[in-house]
Amino acid sequence: MKIFVCLKQVPDTETKIKILPDQSGIDPAGIKWVMNPYDEHAVEEAIKFKEKNPGAQVWAITSGPKARAVESLRTALAMGADEAIVINSPESLDAYSTAKALANVITSEGGAHLVFTGKLSIDSNQSSVPQMVAEFMSIPHTSVVSKFESSAENTTVERDVEGGAKEVVQMINPSLVAANKGLNMPRYASLPGIMKAKKKVIKEIEFSSLGIAGGEQKVKYSGFALPPEKPAVKLLTGDAASQVSQLISCLRDEAKVL
Amino acid sequence: MSKILVFAEFQNGNLKRSSQELVQFAAKTGRPVVALALGTQAGSGAAQLGHHGAQEILLCKDAAYDAYNPELFASAVAEAIQNTGATLVLASASSSGKDLFPRVAAKIGAGVVSDGTEITVSGEDVKVKKPLYSGKCFATAQFENTNTKIVLMRANQLPVAPADTSKTATVTEHAFNKPSLKTLVKEIVKGASEKLDLTEANIVVSGGRGLKEAANFKMLNDLASVLGATVGASRAVVDAGWVGHSMQVGQTGKTVAPSLYIAVGISGAIQHLAGMSGSKVIVAINSDANAPIFQKATYGIVGDAFEIVPKLTEEFKKALTH
Repeated sequence: MKIFVCLKQVPDTETKIKILPDQSGIDPAGIKWVMNPYDEHAVEEAIKFKEKNPGAQVWAITSGPKARAVESLRTALAMGADEAIVINSPESLDAYSTAKALANVITSEGGAHLVFTGKLSIDSNQSSVPQMVAEFMSIPHTSVVSKFESSAENTTVERDVEGGAKEVVQMINPSLVAANKGLNMPRYASLPGIMKAKKKVIKEIEFSSLGIAGGEQKVKYSGFALPPEKPAVKLLTGDAASQVSQLISCLRDEAKVL
Repeated sequence: MSKILVFAEFQNGNLKRSSQELVQFAAKTGRPVVALALGTQAGSGAAQLGHHGAQEILLCKDAAYDAYNPELFASAVAEAIQNTGATLVLASASSSGKDLFPRVAAKIGAGVVSDGTEITVSGEDVKVKKPLYSGKCFATAQFENTNTKIVLMRANQLPVAPADTSKTATVTEHAFNKPSLKTLVKEIVKGASEKLDLTEANIVVSGGRGLKEAANFKMLNDLASVLGATVGASRAVVDAGWVGHSMQVGQTGKTVAPSLYIAVGISGAIQHLAGMSGSKVIVAINSDANAPIFQKATYGIVGDAFEIVPKLTEEFKKALTH
């Protein structure tokens, strides 16, 4: 029984983004790459499932420039994943092509009983790839999942929606689950885990070998720019009462937001 | 010119403001506008789509669409796109919108751009400005190799004029094909808060470590209820378990862009600033004059939150009743 976890490597949340001079993208210099935080929850839940279901095997898969993307796969292996596959692909792939590549490879590896992903990646913030992978594989999905239970036939999850409400959703397996932060506490990799992960052979697949045509690229980005600089803060001085009354008149008369 | 299809969302039988924005925007492009309205709520609210500028309403009052189900909805929307021949689909980047439309896009071989903050439509050409890295930068998205362009816009980004009740739309009732489903929504558990979600709120009051302990969020709740605001939080206090993750603002939480954002006792880690710097006016209240939050703030108060916030609540109460 194969369990796939799709993950992505992204700039660390503390990264200060810089833009390339031609505005074609962000400047990769000095970026610290980490596993997308939501994907850590996906890996954790897959490993927890494996611990409860002997015979389950966890396969971590990613699409990205091989040289750096394998690092997140090593992290997943160190946490407890059994196997890993990297699809060596250009940085600029859109969600559609990425999802197609992931779905193709998962299917050609014999399919999955369950697929776990993060609910979104914190770089492009699209939250598209999980649902697209599910559609390409013709399996049901639930995104933004904070509680997971699975039997042989069904998976039951809680999905977080607006205003703190939750939807309880049942899916027929195989199914795809896109993890939200509340799902679990991702474990730290153990030292033996890290040693084992270092030696593990990661399967490499060239994106160009998957027969995904250029026409599968649907969205392109240009004109990257930083948000406009904010004018300097107006500090309100005096005692608390005076600060408060100044603030209220600023909000009402100057900013006009009340 | 080809049609624009707007996916309408309703709340308590009324068209949501985010959907009003989209219909009005679509009408202004000069292209024919069809609105898709699903579920029993759509029966009572659909007429409002005409008042906001839709010429045609594709309506299905079937109660099967009262609860969101990805497979069921994806099938209906794909059918609606095919039937109308729409080449541009507009929806809001809500919980269901963000879940649904990537699935639709994969089904029909279309491109989708989520979280748009600006959109330009000139003839068939569509450009969407959207934040990346949760707002640390912006880029312009354009479509290629697709007949259908799907754009999910964030709430509160487009202007809304009052409804014009003299304008009406032609209503076409349609029963969409229903696929056999592998997904069943068993239950919807209501949230503790009936307030607007952080991502839709016009005013947000957020708290951080400076509040010292979970119980002190009460102070923010009081301020928020006077302002009609939604309460948010920094990652530090969510990780500490003071409040739930649904309240987290930042790169690993929610990205918000209200008219007014009040940050109380939040120092302003890069990942928090990324999630809120799109707010129109930012007020920072913090005891540390060197806190990075002041670099993004419009107005700053260096002081003790426990002294400032209750006073602020009192004064707002007075100011807003006058």
